[in-house]
Amino acid sequence: MNQGPFSLWVYLSQTPLLWLTVTLLVYAVTDTISQATGRNPLANPVLHAMWLIGVFLSVTGTSYNTYFSGAQFVHFLLGPATVALAVPLYENRKLVVAAILPMAFALIVGCITAIVSVVMLAQLAGLPHNVVLSLAPKSVTAGVAMGITESLHGDPSLTAVCVIITGIMGAIVVTPLMNALKIRDYRARGFAVGLASHGIGTARAFQVDAIAGVFAGIAMSLNALVTALVVPVLVALLVR
Amino acid sequence: MIASLGVILLCQLFGEGLVRGLGLPLPGPVIGLMLLLGLLLLRDGVGAFARGPLGDGGVENASKGLLAHLSLMFVPAGVGVVQQLDMIAAHGIAIALVLAGSVLITLLVTVLSFLAAARLLSLWVSR
Repeated sequence: MNQGPFSLWVYLSQTPLLWLTVTLLVYAVTDTISQATGRNPLANPVLHAMWLIGVFLSVTGTSYNTYFSGAQFVHFLLGPATVALAVPLYENRKLVVAAILPMAFALIVGCITAIVSVVMLAQLAGLPHNVVLSLAPKSVTAGVAMGITESLHGDPSLTAVCVIITGIMGAIVVTPLMNALKIRDYRARGFAVGLASHGIGTARAFQVDAIAGVFAGIAMSLNALVTALVVPVLVALLVR
Repeated sequence: MIASLGVILLCQLFGEGLVRGLGLPLPGPVIGLMLLLGLLLLRDGVGAFARGPLGDGGVENASKGLLAHLSLMFVPAGVGVVQQLDMIAAHGIAIALVLAGSVLITLLVTVLSFLAAARLLSLWVSR
């Protein structure tokens, strides 16, 4: 019966259990390190979990599809977590109603800026047509952005990666940037990072300040709505 | 706990159903968010809704539990980078610079729009 450790690995590496375990454990480690550094933005737990797992997959010759068969259980939770954003919104409804006009204005301006800037810069950089399309919805949460790219006939898996990178960049840069500009309105800071960097920015905002987190969550959910409507129009206007 | 998760999933399910059924150009979970918000507000107005997971703070606790681990949920999609290694070799630096530029511009424009609108509003209110 004993077929050696290799056949055991062959069996385990094809099971969802192994890859779900790897995802949770690697994230638990990177999150602990992030906490130990006082939530230093460069110790972003998503960033480090990503490359650690990526290296592990390529060293063991595991395909992404095999990995995803386990990791999908975590990925699935993005949907319910988006619904759950209703709770901070509800609990802070007085603050939100009081700031409804600045939010509406910043939402429209910010959403258009996010799309136009990435499409124009990508065209200036001479990136291929399908890459430009896949970058356009990069500021909204992964599930939504992938759907938008699909409808544009871009590459949804490239979009997913760009969405995550955008989120990490925003989460890293937002606190030093806003401090340098001496902006102390945590509603505005949170709203900006939620709009530019969706859930990863929102997670960062919750670490910095509860009010910032609430406004980031609102910006993230509203931007998902508006971007889905606006991207097709702007892409038709801007992409040649 | 289970009933609370059930309420959250039910909101998402209705959201996805509405999006598919009516052909709305919106993500299902965003509609689910609005439905859950509606339920929470309805609960405060109508006593009949203030029961089960909506009455004892269960939905609130389950939601906060989910949101506390929001970062984790991005890891599987992020690991998808291993499928894009050719693309990264060819265009990685350009894509990274484009994304960084766009993030900076978006953060600045959004925060300044918010502050400008808030300032204008407070001037107008105090007049």
